[in-house]
Amino acid sequence: MALRKFGAAAAVTVTLAFATTPAHAVTEIQWWHAMTGANNDVIVKLAEEFNASQTDYKVLPSYKGSYPDTMNAGIAAFRAGNAPHLLQVFEVGTATMMAATGAVKPVYKLMADAGEKFDPKAYLPAITGYYSTSKGEMLSFPFNSSSTVMWINKDALKKANIAEIPKTWPEVFEDAKKLKAAGYATCGFSNAWVTWVNLEQLSAWQNVPLSTKANGLDGFDTTLEFNGPLQVKHLQTLVDLQKDKTYDYSGRTNTGEGRFTSGECPIFLTSSAFFGQVKANAKFDFTNAPMPYYPDVKGAPQNSIIGGASLWVMGGKTPEEYKGVAKFLSFLSDTDRQVAIHKASGYLPITKAAYSKAKAEGFYKDQPYLETPLLELTNKEPTENSRGLRLGNMVQLRDIWAEEIEGALAGKKSAKEALDAAVQRGNAMLRQFERTVSK
Amino acid sequence: MMDARVKPAHDGSELMQKQSVFHSPLLAFLLLVPQVSIVLIFFYWPALQAVWQSFLLQDAFGLSTSFVWFENYADLLSQPEYFNAIVRTFVFSAAIAGSSLSFALLLAVMADKPIRGAGIYRTLLIWPYAVAPAVAGVLWVFMLHPSLGVLARGLRNMGIDWNPLLNGDHAVILIVLAAAWKQISYNFLFFLAGLQSIPKSVLEAAAIDGARPMRRFWTVTFPLLTPTIFFLIVVNIVYAFFDTFGIIDAMTGGGPAKATETLVYKVYLDGLLGGNLGSSAAQSVMLMIIVIGLTAIQFRYVERKVTY
Repeated sequence: MALRKFGAAAAVTVTLAFATTPAHAVTEIQWWHAMTGANNDVIVKLAEEFNASQTDYKVLPSYKGSYPDTMNAGIAAFRAGNAPHLLQVFEVGTATMMAATGAVKPVYKLMADAGEKFDPKAYLPAITGYYSTSKGEMLSFPFNSSSTVMWINKDALKKANIAEIPKTWPEVFEDAKKLKAAGYATCGFSNAWVTWVNLEQLSAWQNVPLSTKANGLDGFDTTLEFNGPLQVKHLQTLVDLQKDKTYDYSGRTNTGEGRFTSGECPIFLTSSAFFGQVKANAKFDFTNAPMPYYPDVKGAPQNSIIGGASLWVMGGKTPEEYKGVAKFLSFLSDTDRQVAIHKASGYLPITKAAYSKAKAEGFYKDQPYLETPLLELTNKEPTENSRGLRLGNMVQLRDIWAEEIEGALAGKKSAKEALDAAVQRGNAMLRQFERTVSK
Repeated sequence: MMDARVKPAHDGSELMQKQSVFHSPLLAFLLLVPQVSIVLIFFYWPALQAVWQSFLLQDAFGLSTSFVWFENYADLLSQPEYFNAIVRTFVFSAAIAGSSLSFALLLAVMADKPIRGAGIYRTLLIWPYAVAPAVAGVLWVFMLHPSLGVLARGLRNMGIDWNPLLNGDHAVILIVLAAAWKQISYNFLFFLAGLQSIPKSVLEAAAIDGARPMRRFWTVTFPLLTPTIFFLIVVNIVYAFFDTFGIIDAMTGGGPAKATETLVYKVYLDGLLGGNLGSSAAQSVMLMIIVIGLTAIQFRYVERKVTY
């Protein structure tokens, strides 16, 4: 009985499926991503809008887990011969993806082959620079971008009689001491993404190199050099302040961000994309400000670099499929759509036109927090030290750096020893990456 | 059971017939095929693939491959971090197996006593085994998180600066606690069964001879439990080697500063997150050798002391 019912249902489904199939074949485009919650809704909506706007292609988004999970799923699928068309990869996976010639199709080539209108100058260079060759050819399509900002609990500042939001690191250290005295005993200030904030962004914002060869953008034979005086001084200060919890470490990823929204840490450096969480959970008057800088460094602040993810077009697909992917990327670049994504997700717009439009609409008057990262990114023309990073095995590199920083913060070694070891161990990893790609 | 019904009057040929005799080896092979093919496909084939992969230097996408003989192994053995990870893994195994076994034995001895509601205690004590490792990890993280945790707050009030995010020892304690807690139920179950299979008459005889409960435990119960203990030691060490992965991943991610990076977690970090499949495969092979060696040692030397 049950079986017969099932059979009938199946027959109906099949009939329906045939009935709804259009007369011509629809080319399906698989899009694997790592977005959850509200940002997942944004992705689903984008796909639906694109599918409704034309009848030749159908974008099928599917969630594949965290950033590393999604990237690994894409790599495994490629090895098995069924990679998706579009794969969302976080910024630290850029070098790995880029080195995989043949596994990926660069965006600039895709657009040219498909005959799709494409002007690389229309995009914000601070964002696309991270995902382009040194000649400016776009390799992957920036999807969700953010940058590091300093989140401020204004009520706490008032409580500690601090009139102005700190602009420089020495001011942050002083204010954190005052905040600690005013009752924030367990954490004067802190940060998430320890290496992104305290090494990568710190170096770019102060215009000092993290690594040779323009931080790896000019070649895989890059060597790390972030054990210079600036980075050592910064880490040593954090180590000293950790002792009495004026600074308190919050872990390698963003799991410690709750310490800001709960009111424990009144000053917290992390991604601008933290906005949604802050808005939903903070029960105090908050704002954000650009990252602090060291006033004794000449030319600081420079410009910040981005974090987030981009869309990689995978290799080995048919021209017809690539045409659909190209159309979809044009669809995403549309000014109104960029403004809408920006407003819905808090991620940065990627085209100049979208930024100007949001500005002209007065969007940042109500939401000044969302402009802070854009002001940082466009603060100055990017230099070799601030265009972006392209280091192989970056996920592991970050782990190595974080391990050494943790060692210093726990008092096991000095800041200089920790950063020297981080550079040395990181270089060994870079050399190994260089070997696997050059063969 | 069948033998009991065979009458001694028979000449024994019927006894022989009880054992299966295959006149053609074909049937025997056919009957073995399902089991053997499962073992080959799901155990030997992946293991051989790992061995093959460990001789290769390959990028994550498998686009460029070169055969490098034992270079991945040489690399591994030249890293002091790898030896640290081996030592760390042994310390973890000893701590997890030791604490969960001794605590489970204590609970089992208590639950074996004729007390009211023993059935309820026993059932409740088995429950944690049904909790997934990652969930167990998250539960403990919530209790012992430096900012949010209830237990962490208590420790702070006692004047202990509890901070597993930076203090490696604290992180190790955290992992051992969660991993041991999760394994207690399993050990408890086996200990309880072991205790209940000890004939009461032996214990009563000892009691009549004037042995006090502690003495009865150490001279009668404990030796009769050694087969169970031996079995559990093997199982617990394998558990500590492999199944703590979920707990470590959910709680510390191997940090701080590698304090909780065990061998199996390193395989995951290097292979999956780092895309370094060659080294990861070499580590898997090493891990396999270590575990085979450990088990062999246990069977060779520890088993001699077991009273079956």
